[in-house]
Amino acid sequence: MDAIRVKHKSWNDLLFDAVIIVLCLFAFLIVAYPLYFVIIASVSDSTLVSTGKVTLFPRGFSLFGYKEILNDSRIWTGYGNTILYTFLGTFVNLLFTVPAAYALSRPEFRARRFIMFAFVITMFFNGGLIPTYLLIKGLHMTNTMWVFIFPFCVNVFNLIITRTFFDNSIPKELYEAASIDGCSHFRFFWSIVMPLSKAIISVVGLYYLVAHWNDFFTALVYVRDNHLQPLQIVLRDILLSNQVFSGGAGSGGSSAGASGGYAQRYADQIKYGVIIVSTLPILVVYPFIQKYFEKGVMIGSVKG
Amino acid sequence: MSTRSASGTGKRPELALARKQTVFNTFTRDYQLWVMVLPAIIVIALFNYVPMYGIQLAFRDYDFAKGLTGGEWRGLFYFKQFIDNYMFVDILKNTVTVSLATILIGFPAPIILALVINQLRWKRAKKVLQTTVYLPHFISIVVMVGLLNVLLSPNTGIGGYIMASLGFEDINLLADVNTFVPVYVLSDIWQHCGWNSIIFLAALSSVDPQLYDSSKIDGASRWQTIKHIDLPALVPTIIILFILTMGNVLGTGFEKIFLMQNTLNLPVSEVIATYVYKIGIISNQISYSSAIGLFNTVINFIFLFATNAISKRVSNTSLW
Repeated sequence: MDAIRVKHKSWNDLLFDAVIIVLCLFAFLIVAYPLYFVIIASVSDSTLVSTGKVTLFPRGFSLFGYKEILNDSRIWTGYGNTILYTFLGTFVNLLFTVPAAYALSRPEFRARRFIMFAFVITMFFNGGLIPTYLLIKGLHMTNTMWVFIFPFCVNVFNLIITRTFFDNSIPKELYEAASIDGCSHFRFFWSIVMPLSKAIISVVGLYYLVAHWNDFFTALVYVRDNHLQPLQIVLRDILLSNQVFSGGAGSGGSSAGASGGYAQRYADQIKYGVIIVSTLPILVVYPFIQKYFEKGVMIGSVKG
Repeated sequence: MSTRSASGTGKRPELALARKQTVFNTFTRDYQLWVMVLPAIIVIALFNYVPMYGIQLAFRDYDFAKGLTGGEWRGLFYFKQFIDNYMFVDILKNTVTVSLATILIGFPAPIILALVINQLRWKRAKKVLQTTVYLPHFISIVVMVGLLNVLLSPNTGIGGYIMASLGFEDINLLADVNTFVPVYVLSDIWQHCGWNSIIFLAALSSVDPQLYDSSKIDGASRWQTIKHIDLPALVPTIIILFILTMGNVLGTGFEKIFLMQNTLNLPVSEVIATYVYKIGIISNQISYSSAIGLFNTVINFIFLFATNAISKRVSNTSLW
């Protein structure tokens, strides 16, 4: 069948297909190769890596970088903190976002237009860094773990996605029928809406999860205590503050001095390893959840 | 109609029907909905609206003892201080350069990528390509900048090695006033172009397939179908996203620029957001940095309104 189709194609279209394939291959390689390179560089001899001798396969195989990472207590403290903030934070996010999205999706809820408008304004206008900082300081949230959990725990974009989902996929008649039988909104939400909304809860939950995992700003601005630092701050200290330049001009990180730098020879291997170790959880889960992410973007685009 | 009579007060449904429903007379009926939305209202009021009240700091002295609003009213004093600052022109120029470069190069990239991916006939290859190009979006900014540092380092990175073998030994990609913007913009495209193409791919998938069939009958080439079917189908999405992007024209990514900054590229990498952080959080000049932050927000707002108004005039598409 393919052969028949090819026959009917003009030379122009064949050329066009060729160009498309070349472009796609280019896009694929330009994204995939650096990622692959990090993996092979993390198990190769740093000297060979920096002189361009490692291109397709690891050379001078050694797991020294990973051994150092396993023994580095900073990374594991950071890892533990990040896991705690991510899971607790995402739970609170969902607890605050999903019921609100349900209430705002009910057509009989008279205040919904006004509340929605007030929420959407915050997407475009905010008080700025300094007033927010003073507020959080005034609430005594700086240097506590709560600053990772409560401030901005309702993301308006995610709220809109969830509300749009409820609008489109929970039939209005369903609540009418249930309410005639004496079902309250609480009961309806818990027993009927929640089980029907697993897809959207996964999407929004994953958005929140990734945001928490990658969050660097909160800790940078609001947290000074070393024991509370999440993984991203530890990564900054290892990847950026340690020997950015050979002269060591960039070493100003908060905890980099305490544990000391690594030997220059292994520094890069360790850096590649750290990149892998810190991104691994997302990379492992990613292929399985990819369809959910796409779904989220598409639902969100219906009513932006 | 049935909702209202069924969930009305019950005693006198005909009266409840006749009366106009307002927020107040439906309050007892909908109290459960209020309970559900209340936590979100509290959080947004507290963390989004209270700081807006604090914007007046930009017009006042900050007096720690007297609280947020206790300081003396200074009017536009701090704005003048910023405009008179010798760094003002540089900071504004850097902010605009980085933002415009990001928009001009970064905005069309995902559209082109979506059009190309959409033309790929081989389903499996399409899937693999999509999975790969979405992936970098999930790398954190810290890791992204770390990646740039190890790859492009002039002494130990593969990028430095390549530059050296091309004869550019003396160019340090990470610390040069000429390479900061290209490295920032291109790495941003590398990271987010794939992810941003999803929304355009979604718009393309909703094109009526009959259009392709009839264009084929009329003898349209593949290039013509892109030009006359695919691109017009994307126009509404492009306009809305463009307005939103312009509304954030000076909202350059603070974290990435902050992490990419070093003493050598500082002349081109100091932007409003990083300056606010340094002045306000590090040096504690509360009122001055609030004024700079507000300056930034107001310019963003002007761009948002202007783009929206132009778009409304030209294409009848607008945000509101």
